[in-house]
Amino acid sequence: MSGAEQSADDRGTLAAVWEQDAVKLTALVSGLFAAYVVGGLLLSYGLRQQLNELAQLSFFIAVFAMLALALNLHWGYTGLFNIGVIGFMGIGIYTTAILSKGATLTEPAAGTTGGFGLPLWIGIIGGVVAAGLFGGLVALPALRLRADYFAIVTVGLSEVVRFTLLEQSLQQGQVLGYWVGLGGGSGLLLDFDPVDRLLGAFGLLESYTRFSERTGEAIGIGSNPKPVFDGILYGLVLLVFLVGFYVLLTRVGSSPYGRVLKAIREDEDATKALGKDTDRFKIKAFVIGCALMGLGGILLYASQGAITPNAFRPRITFFVWIALIIGGAGSNTGSVMGGAIFAAVLYQGPIFFSNVIEGSFEIDAVNTFAQAVGPLAAADPVPLLAYTVDNIGQLRFVIMGLVLIYLMHNRPEGILGHRKETASTIPLGRRRAKTGGSPPATDGGEENRGVDGE
Amino acid sequence: MSTVSDTEVDDVVDTNAPAEDVEIEEPEAQDSDVERAAKHTPSAIPLRVEGLRKEFGGIVAVDEASFEITEGTLTGLIGPNGAGKSTTFNCITGVHEPTAGQVQFNGEDITGLSPDRIANRGLVRTFQIARELEEMTVMENMMLAPKGQRGESLWRSVLPFVRRSVSEQEEEILERCWEMLEFFEIDHLADEYAGNLSGGQRKLLELARALLTEPTVLLLDEPFAGVNPSLEERLLGHIHDLRDDGYTFLIVEHDMDLIMQNCERVIVMHQGRVLTEGPPAEIKRNEDVIEAYLGGEVE
Ligand SMILES: Nc1ncnc2c1ncn2[C@@H]1O[C@H](COP(=O)(O)OP(=O)(O)OP(=O)(O)O)[C@@H](O)[C@H]1O
Ligand SMILES: [Mg+2]
Repeated sequence: MSGAEQSADDRGTLAAVWEQDAVKLTALVSGLFAAYVVGGLLLSYGLRQQLNELAQLSFFIAVFAMLALALNLHWGYTGLFNIGVIGFMGIGIYTTAILSKGATLTEPAAGTTGGFGLPLWIGIIGGVVAAGLFGGLVALPALRLRADYFAIVTVGLSEVVRFTLLEQSLQQGQVLGYWVGLGGGSGLLLDFDPVDRLLGAFGLLESYTRFSERTGEAIGIGSNPKPVFDGILYGLVLLVFLVGFYVLLTRVGSSPYGRVLKAIREDEDATKALGKDTDRFKIKAFVIGCALMGLGGILLYASQGAITPNAFRPRITFFVWIALIIGGAGSNTGSVMGGAIFAAVLYQGPIFFSNVIEGSFEIDAVNTFAQAVGPLAAADPVPLLAYTVDNIGQLRFVIMGLVLIYLMHNRPEGILGHRKETASTIPLGRRRAKTGGSPPATDGGEENRGVDGE
Repeated sequence: MSTVSDTEVDDVVDTNAPAEDVEIEEPEAQDSDVERAAKHTPSAIPLRVEGLRKEFGGIVAVDEASFEITEGTLTGLIGPNGAGKSTTFNCITGVHEPTAGQVQFNGEDITGLSPDRIANRGLVRTFQIARELEEMTVMENMMLAPKGQRGESLWRSVLPFVRRSVSEQEEEILERCWEMLEFFEIDHLADEYAGNLSGGQRKLLELARALLTEPTVLLLDEPFAGVNPSLEERLLGHIHDLRDDGYTFLIVEHDMDLIMQNCERVIVMHQGRVLTEGPPAEIKRNEDVIEAYLGGEVE
């Protein structure tokens, strides 16, 4: 009997540990990494490729989780229907680029342009501030609009941003003697490497280079190991940023401020009737969210070497929305989970999976849909499979759409289910005795299973 | 029901950031001379409506309505459907801007102020259809209401050390919320989502929440609609207790017996106009009122 008690006790402690959101998040992310490692082993990837794959995974997990968190502040907390996420990201990275690209004081060759040559950290702060300010500019007139009109304004503005970036007349010009501009259709080259700049700032660049060369040799990842380590380092830096986002937004959410935001989402008129100046709360929340989206954009594109306006199509906005819906709007923990699952399963997953299939089976190339479907008559699914795998890049949008439809029908509240992330800095219970607390406990139990299944 | 008092807020301001005072926007609670004078006259008139008019396109919803509410009384506002009662409430509390006319609260003109400013002055309303914040728990609904919360400033909620002072204030607020929930006997629902409450429980929650804003005058739009008789009895009991504590009530209600038995004064509206007003006994005898309620056109 004591043994049974003991194990029940253990289960209690385990459940308590599992209750911690940070534990759930760590478990999920580790699980996704493990799956990729296994996939890599199946593919008999070399170490170098394996490391690259993992670095990329952490990069995308962090980026989508950060963006989902920022969107959660808008939509999940405040009920602001922002479908112009990419516009704020674009303003962020373009501002950073202009501020921090190398200074050019003589007229540059056609198709290139310079920047103000400021340190990267100033550029990043500038980008974040610019995205936030732009958000404020949008918010002032638009926040009084009904949710659906507000949505149209945001998506419209994100397109205005893109067309402005494409604009010929803003391609290049002289400001305060510096040759700067938006670069038009050919975009901007980013002549700063965020990893090098970061290490340089701490004076570690040289020892880092030496370290990467030595370690690279020791673990046998061939010549020029630095990019591999750069990728890993950048992925880690982004995960640190993600933790920062998460801590910040959890604090915002679990406070009287967050409580007013939630109330605005539920019923703005009732909130006003309780004496809350809702406009002020909405503007602040919108500006903060936009600034964080700007930072997300900066972190996403800064390491890419170049940016072009066409990367800033509404597509990414919808990716972020899918991530948020997977995780469950209104929950910060859910947003991170949604971002991670979106990045690992829906965004990177199909490509990785098709690589695994291609690597594991010898299949002949199938070039047309007819060739793929024809053999089905003879009960031969292989050509169709091969065709699918070949075109996975396009197909993943179809998959995303299907997942979205499925979720909206069957689990609109997201994988974590209906969650109470209490909007208060303190637990709202009292003297334990009176509150039974059983209904939330059973809720939690059910929802956890959903996560386990992933 | 003590407030989150001015002094506490001032404390924070003193120790942390002198300039930040603007941010809390401690509601315009500083008594003006007029207000103070009003409070000490025996039959003060906290709420006065003069020539209030509201048009929606062609419809005249409220037509030159004028009335006064005496402090510490329970006044009934009755009238057939569409008489303009809710619209009058909306105009008084800033939800709608009146087409013409004036609303005075504690001797000051509050016409056209925003709803939150009016609520912060102590004139608080409830809605005809209970407006619960459904995806928030009952306790979160309650915790939202108190005025002057430090944590409603973003940076105070986020910064490590300042946040502690937010928590301290929240502890006090939480205690008050529990007391209020117990007073209304819905404390067992504290952890429930407001959206899961029954119609009557929502009405209780809405009243309890409104009281936490420390109003002096409460406008209740059909607080008993859909409430079962025993609960109605209890709610009325609470309202009488509160009235005895000095709260002033204006209540819209269709149940004539209830109004006649509980209110000191009754205002009758019909087709946007104030038909008559007076003590219940007088109203009962009034031909016009009888006609209005029996459906006769009064032109
Ligand atoms: N927002 C609005 N837009 C247009 N017309 C309105 C609006 N609000 C109210 N009205 C009209 O104003 C008139 C008065 O409505 P109101 O809601 O004030 O009546 P009421 O006395 O509260 O009725 P009830 O007892 O049914 O609640 C009605 O004819 C209604 O159609
Ligand atoms: Mg009404």
